[in-house]
Amino acid sequence: MTHDLIVLGAGPAGANAALAAAQAGLKVALLDEQDGAGGQVWRQPLPGLTGLPVSAEARSGDALRAEISASSVDLRLSRRIWSVGGRFRVDALGPQGNETVEAPSLIAATGAHERVVPFPGWTLPGVIGLAAATVLIKSQGVTPGRKVVVAGCGPLLVAVAAGILKLGGDVAGIVDLAGRRDWLAALPSLATQPELLGRGLGWAVKIGAGRVPVYFGHAVKAAQGEHALERIVIAPVGRDGAYASGPDITLETDALCIGHGLVPGAEVTKLLRAEHRFDRLRGGFVPVLDAYGRTTVERLLACGDGAGLRGAIIAEQAGRLAGLAAAHDAGVVPADRFAQIADPILAAISRARPFSDAMAGIMALRPAQVAAIAPETVVCRCEDVTRGEIDAAHEAGAHDLNQLKHFTRCGMGPCQGRMCGDVAAELLASKVGSREQAGYWTGRPPLRPVPFDALMGAFDYSDIPIPEPAPL
Amino acid sequence: MKRLVQDERPLVAIMVDGDSISARAGDPLATALALAGRLRLRASPNAGAPRGAFCHMGVCQECLLHVDGALRQACLTPVRAGMAVELRGVP
Repeated sequence: MTHDLIVLGAGPAGANAALAAAQAGLKVALLDEQDGAGGQVWRQPLPGLTGLPVSAEARSGDALRAEISASSVDLRLSRRIWSVGGRFRVDALGPQGNETVEAPSLIAATGAHERVVPFPGWTLPGVIGLAAATVLIKSQGVTPGRKVVVAGCGPLLVAVAAGILKLGGDVAGIVDLAGRRDWLAALPSLATQPELLGRGLGWAVKIGAGRVPVYFGHAVKAAQGEHALERIVIAPVGRDGAYASGPDITLETDALCIGHGLVPGAEVTKLLRAEHRFDRLRGGFVPVLDAYGRTTVERLLACGDGAGLRGAIIAEQAGRLAGLAAAHDAGVVPADRFAQIADPILAAISRARPFSDAMAGIMALRPAQVAAIAPETVVCRCEDVTRGEIDAAHEAGAHDLNQLKHFTRCGMGPCQGRMCGDVAAELLASKVGSREQAGYWTGRPPLRPVPFDALMGAFDYSDIPIPEPAPL
Repeated sequence: MKRLVQDERPLVAIMVDGDSISARAGDPLATALALAGRLRLRASPNAGAPRGAFCHMGVCQECLLHVDGALRQACLTPVRAGMAVELRGVP
């Protein structure tokens, strides 16, 4: 064993888990694919850029990165984790090739990725995810286009629009799936976190001052252009997300940033065959956890958005708890001390819950929006599988997600079903009765695509030692 | 795509399908290509439809291209002077 604990993912959850466990005395390895800690939400800005607006997220990220450097945590960045097995062995591809870490405990804090409900033209260059836009704006100082339209649902919508305006860019419109009524309904819950609500209102003021047209209760019906995006067509939708009667509006744009919430990246807990359950509010299938983040597999814990969407504030706290629980299970934190530290953290999580649930509610997948996908629309981008082909596969006998994959190649491409999986499952669920019936794709290594040449490194055939042939 | 903050990193030349393009050293290749007006990075395998970077965080694999002969994700590959980039299936 190289370490006492391996933490996968250095976002708010994973980094705090690693710090808490290291503080309790464990030897911790913390691995992340990006070249800086902070995850996507507190992503490190590119070095060499000046004049990036300083946000609350940037400050939180800087504080976290400083805390990690000052700790005993063995931080390994730019590591693509492609295999997790045994109890536990992690293989990751890093700058020096493949490396292996081993520990008796593992915490999966792998974060979430974006959900985009397909529409005609969503595959055109110039259409990007909302989370993608936050990466460009926050860490690269880049606006996605000259005339950007921001569309979809959830807090990222306003964050991206305000971020572009703050940089000095132009936003041609905001297309919000939610109506004014939905936001008003969420307001009392949002007001439980005055600082975050204030940040949101600040964004709204920025958008108002920028005279950006906001289309509440609208969705993008189509993106059009020959080789890249030139315009979009939007139409009104009902509260359930299905198109409602009303006129189409055409907006000229060279960049559409669109997202419909997030999906937990629970691949590691699925791969290790922990028990999962479907939770629409938390974004999909999530590992079954106790209050401290323990999964149903011994010494395997999970925390943060990868274990169910709850946002950065709860992720930090859940990370601390999981790190502490791992240390307690390793025998280095006695029970009374464990309760003494854990109880206030549990209380803080309950306080943050109404805000987090309200946000998750606005981002949750709307089944009627999925039902409205046209048959010729591409659902699986990697393999060009359309909704019509998915429906036909069900007719032909594909009754769960793994069968659908075998029938159509949906989810079999290089993104490994991350972009289409949630929507494909929802389409199938509408036919087979429930998301539980439709199930989820079996977790298998490699967790991410890894190039063979990078795994093997540089070598010369003549350098390979060839054993003497056995004597006759 | 446009950069709206000051960039102090050196400008370097990279080759894209035989054309020389200037880019900032260390910029993610996907961003550098978009800043140079190259949004279309490949054609989809079955329909041959134009595709470009989509998630900018290493998940979607839409920005796969060849860098110095090896398949790489442009959003995770930093620009280096003299790198040879080949787009896939783009006429």
